[in-house]
Amino acid sequence: MNIFVVLKMVPDTVEELNVSQDGKSLDSEFLRFKLNDPDEHALEQALILKEKCGGKVTVIALDAPEVDDVLYTALAKGADRAVKIPVSQACLGTKATAKVLSDFFSSGREAVTLDTLVLAGSYAIDDLEGELAPMLAVHLGLPYLGVVSNVAASGPGLVVQKEFAGGLRGEFEVELPAVLGIQSAEKPPRYVPVAKVRAVMKSAKIEELEIPSPTDAVCLDVQRTYKPEAGGRAEIFEGSPEEIADKIVDALAKSGVI
Amino acid sequence: MAISILVLAEQLRGGISDITYEMLGAGRAIAQALGVPLEAVLLGSGASQLASSLGAADKVFVADNPGLDLAAPEAVAEVVKTLIDKTGAGIVLVGCTNVSLGIGSILAARSQMPLVNFCRAIKVDGGALICTSQLFGGKILSDVKLADGRGIIGVYPGAFPLEQGRSPRTPPTEAIDVPVQPSKVRFKQYIKPETGDVDITKQNVLVAVGRGIQTQDNVQLAEELAQALGGAVCASRPVIDQGWLPLTRQVGKSGMTVKPRVYLAFGISGAPEHWEGMQNSQCIIAVNTDPKAPIFDGAHYGAVTDAVELLPVLTEKVKMRKG
Amino acid sequence: MDPVKINLGGMPGIVCLWTLTVLAFGVFGWRVSRLIKLIRQGRYEDRFDNPGRRLLHALKHVLLQPRIFNERAIGLPHFLIFWGFVIYATCFNWNLLRGLFPFIPIPYPEELRIVGLFLELFSVLVLISLVVAAGRRMFFPPPHLHLSFDANVILVLIGLLMLSTLFGSAFRVVAEGGHGSAWAPFGTVLSKAFASVPPESARRFAIGIWWLHMALVLAFLVYLPYSKHLHLLASPFNVFFSQAATRPVGDLTVPGAKEDMSAGASRWQELTWKQLLGGFACAECGRCDRACPATASGHPLQPQQIIQKVKEHALRCGLSGSDDAAPKLVGEVIKEDEIWACTTCMACMSRCAVWNEQIPLIVALRRHLVSQGQVEKNIQDMLGNLQRYGNSFGKSDRMRAKWTQGLPFKVKDARKEPVDIVWFTGDYAAFDPRMIEITQATAKLFSLAGVDLGILYEAERNSGNDVRRVGEEGLFEMLRDKNLDAFSKVKWKSGARIIVTTDPHSYNTLKNEYAFPGGGVVVRHYTELFDELIRSGKLKLNRRLSGKVTYHDPCYLGRYNGVYEPPRSVLAALGLELVEMPRSRDKSYCCGAGGGRIWMEDGPNIKERPAENRIREAISLDEVKTFVVACPKDIAMFRDAVKTAGAEGRIEVKDIAELVAEAMNVEDRKPV
Repeated sequence: MNIFVVLKMVPDTVEELNVSQDGKSLDSEFLRFKLNDPDEHALEQALILKEKCGGKVTVIALDAPEVDDVLYTALAKGADRAVKIPVSQACLGTKATAKVLSDFFSSGREAVTLDTLVLAGSYAIDDLEGELAPMLAVHLGLPYLGVVSNVAASGPGLVVQKEFAGGLRGEFEVELPAVLGIQSAEKPPRYVPVAKVRAVMKSAKIEELEIPSPTDAVCLDVQRTYKPEAGGRAEIFEGSPEEIADKIVDALAKSGVI
Repeated sequence: MAISILVLAEQLRGGISDITYEMLGAGRAIAQALGVPLEAVLLGSGASQLASSLGAADKVFVADNPGLDLAAPEAVAEVVKTLIDKTGAGIVLVGCTNVSLGIGSILAARSQMPLVNFCRAIKVDGGALICTSQLFGGKILSDVKLADGRGIIGVYPGAFPLEQGRSPRTPPTEAIDVPVQPSKVRFKQYIKPETGDVDITKQNVLVAVGRGIQTQDNVQLAEELAQALGGAVCASRPVIDQGWLPLTRQVGKSGMTVKPRVYLAFGISGAPEHWEGMQNSQCIIAVNTDPKAPIFDGAHYGAVTDAVELLPVLTEKVKMRKG
Repeated sequence: MDPVKINLGGMPGIVCLWTLTVLAFGVFGWRVSRLIKLIRQGRYEDRFDNPGRRLLHALKHVLLQPRIFNERAIGLPHFLIFWGFVIYATCFNWNLLRGLFPFIPIPYPEELRIVGLFLELFSVLVLISLVVAAGRRMFFPPPHLHLSFDANVILVLIGLLMLSTLFGSAFRVVAEGGHGSAWAPFGTVLSKAFASVPPESARRFAIGIWWLHMALVLAFLVYLPYSKHLHLLASPFNVFFSQAATRPVGDLTVPGAKEDMSAGASRWQELTWKQLLGGFACAECGRCDRACPATASGHPLQPQQIIQKVKEHALRCGLSGSDDAAPKLVGEVIKEDEIWACTTCMACMSRCAVWNEQIPLIVALRRHLVSQGQVEKNIQDMLGNLQRYGNSFGKSDRMRAKWTQGLPFKVKDARKEPVDIVWFTGDYAAFDPRMIEITQATAKLFSLAGVDLGILYEAERNSGNDVRRVGEEGLFEMLRDKNLDAFSKVKWKSGARIIVTTDPHSYNTLKNEYAFPGGGVVVRHYTELFDELIRSGKLKLNRRLSGKVTYHDPCYLGRYNGVYEPPRSVLAALGLELVEMPRSRDKSYCCGAGGGRIWMEDGPNIKERPAENRIREAISLDEVKTFVVACPKDIAMFRDAVKTAGAEGRIEVKDIAELVAEAMNVEDRKPV
């Protein structure tokens, strides 16, 4: 199987998110970027598939702060190739990102073959314009399924599980080539020790593939970006654990459960 | 200018999903403000019968075709696109649920209509719509303007009241004939979670634990409190993924939707995916070490402290109060 | 009467002796050379520095055996058996030389009256010791003493050797006319029993016993390298090459390593030669197991078993020449649960009489697991947080100095303003909500004492002590380099570059593992600084406290770095009466948090957590209401344990800084 994993950097929400002067976007000065969580699962699922049925894993990302670390880490985890497209992801919406990535596959150097599987996170926390994987699928003319939590090879195709609600899942057959949006890998993403990443940084190279920047960036008219108002906030109990516990017990009594 | 508003109704295993009514309610308000009809489209086997419960729509298009049961997103998108072309619908509402996620994006990529995802509120401003999207795990909101009243809106589950989308009247329906192409994504079967010992959707009191519970051993502390309260323990996704509790105890987008009288959230930050599953609890009490955790924005009561430290104390106090 | 000048079964005695000697030494030499070859297959590690200090260390611990005496019942007996062995080994070689080379103009040792007396005296002392040792094994075996058949064989062998000396002496007395001599007191007494034996027969008996004795010793020589008694051969070298002889044990660096050690050991050949030698030095006494908090709380770890399993595995694979058929070292021979259970508290290593080094061995195995990504989810998350944010709390590094916001003054940024001292607070003191008040109180105290200090703000990273002990060597190096980089930006006021730490774990790693470029950095623990400030009068206590308290020595402060007095003298200065727990100072009992354990699950089979055990020990003391600690992790661990052990209201866990603050009424005073 020829597996491509699309990795996307998103702002790290552990850091304080601030709105920039124009009031429409995030203040980039304090932003830090990390790999989108579901993308990390997509990578893990790709590596598990490779271990089980062979093949090659290529990770692709657009340029973004700290993306090199992420690509090297992917290589250290077991990806075979890492490709960086030197187009800054920063101001691109999902649509334009999907366009750049589909250009990657039609660039002549990479091609979708009969055994191609493209994995990406099912969603990202900044998917205002839509999710990347289904848009990419449209551009590539490939079938798509999202919210996938388990992928297994079966004959020439795949058997995958999609999550619904209430713990209910559906089993689907998917023919290759295809694009899947991964919600979670069948196992938690593996840990790769720092020494291994450092060794990979010395021995491996990130390939760069020039793709023309798309002309249309974000096409949505964002009027205002802001933090949710503190209104409707919880009544906060203060004090020692004992005092807090007393107040919670009072609240429980008020609701009539004790 | 929108000629009509179209809601992509969602059904799963022969029942209409809540999101459908939520979208109908939201759609009705926009339709009224814009003075245009509200229409819905329902796909899959039994659609003709189920359509009768979508009375909030002025008209329901039905494609009662088993070939569309849990069809591939692009197949669904194809049907909707055909319908848009036919009716000239300007605004399309699609649920951001696990079942429907992706359809909106495919539609957007294929129809050149803009998509506004994760929408929690919609305001009509003249002929334009202002959609409020929830981003970055609930930490940021963005208001997006759909200027000419054209666009696809991904509607966040639980953001709009369900009741306003219900109506006792039976809507007129129109069967649409869609040729279903053989798809490369085929539904095979449902995988049901192993039935657990406890049905958390039927509990009066739920003690929920999240990442902040730190270790599997500490889940026992929550179990003790739940016992003292006569309720059950449930959890957010990270705890379930760790295997500390079975899948049947998961609350949130991929898990259960619960509405207990009291929902005690310990060490849960309140990511939108979790919030979706418990927001309609009558009383939410949240305990978290991070005063900025989004859960405090929606909870009724909160305490900024270590859940692990508080749990045993609280259990004792509850036992004392109960005598 | 020369025993080699007889015929044995038609062969001249001297030929027999030569034959036996060549055979015994041949087998012995062959076995030992194979073992040495085996040990040399381990990775290289430089343990050859400072031979003079090593020799002194070895002489002290081999000849005087202070660590054996830490268990009274067996201390003196072992000491006597050891010295009996030294004397007997000397005399045996003497006998052998004289027997093999009859032309050497020296008498047999027994023929010298003074030597004979010594031999007799020691044989009796050793016999008594053997009775004590055997009695201990049979009737009062301490837990974890390995009751092997091997040990019994050895005891019997030694006993026979001693008896042969006494009987030999007795028969010589009879052979010489039965008068006896004060030089052979026990032989004389024993000879009475054989008074009726004719002198010529007695002479033959004496010669027979000489042969018996020699044969036994030669048999012992052959048996030795196949038994646990190899320890008497290997342990002197093990002690000589021990890390503690020349370097702090709190440093996990492997000096002189020729390979990359960061991926640890998955096969026995990937351990260092010193780690392989340790197995042969182990006497299976169980001191380490008896000291181990993981063992006591029901974890599958037994430090002695780790050492023994490595030895057995290396023997099995190394001597058969193939690893293929053998179970895997990590995962099969030594299970993951064992490897992760260690708290790295140093209790095992500080008791080991042969100075074995269990912790570096366990860390080498952990490194392998980490390199394979076989790490439990909690630890993975922690390591991920440490990689990304530099702290285990997963908080933004920009929040590290947030605790200072509650202070009435600003704490200097040591990277921007000149300071005397840099305060390295560590993660728990800066991020743990339970600790922040204590950290603030400490800051106020330093300020009151006029200490000119600063912190590194967001540039401080976790010190990496626990990370290194979890086995994530690369991450340790990354954190260390980032901290060193931050320290390099510090504007020191004077040449004396002082760093003070809150966390003893940081203290250890900064002090012993950082190797500050250019040196000259003094690392102090805050209790040391308090002690100094109080002594010098810079910190004037406003009132005396009263009452009885007990003090828990943090592993990484006490056993690792020998800081026992400063916290005690602070408590004394405060006016508090210190009641020591039965296990104090180097016998202190770990809280269970070290080596990354604070992030790990305890699992379902745990009988009693170490911290609870410790709290029970403290509440058994009369009138002690305060449990004083000097480590932020101790605050977290013991405050939990007080609740889970049901000791609430009976004892309160307090940081030493809180007590100093009480004596200062910090809240009421403005900083100077």
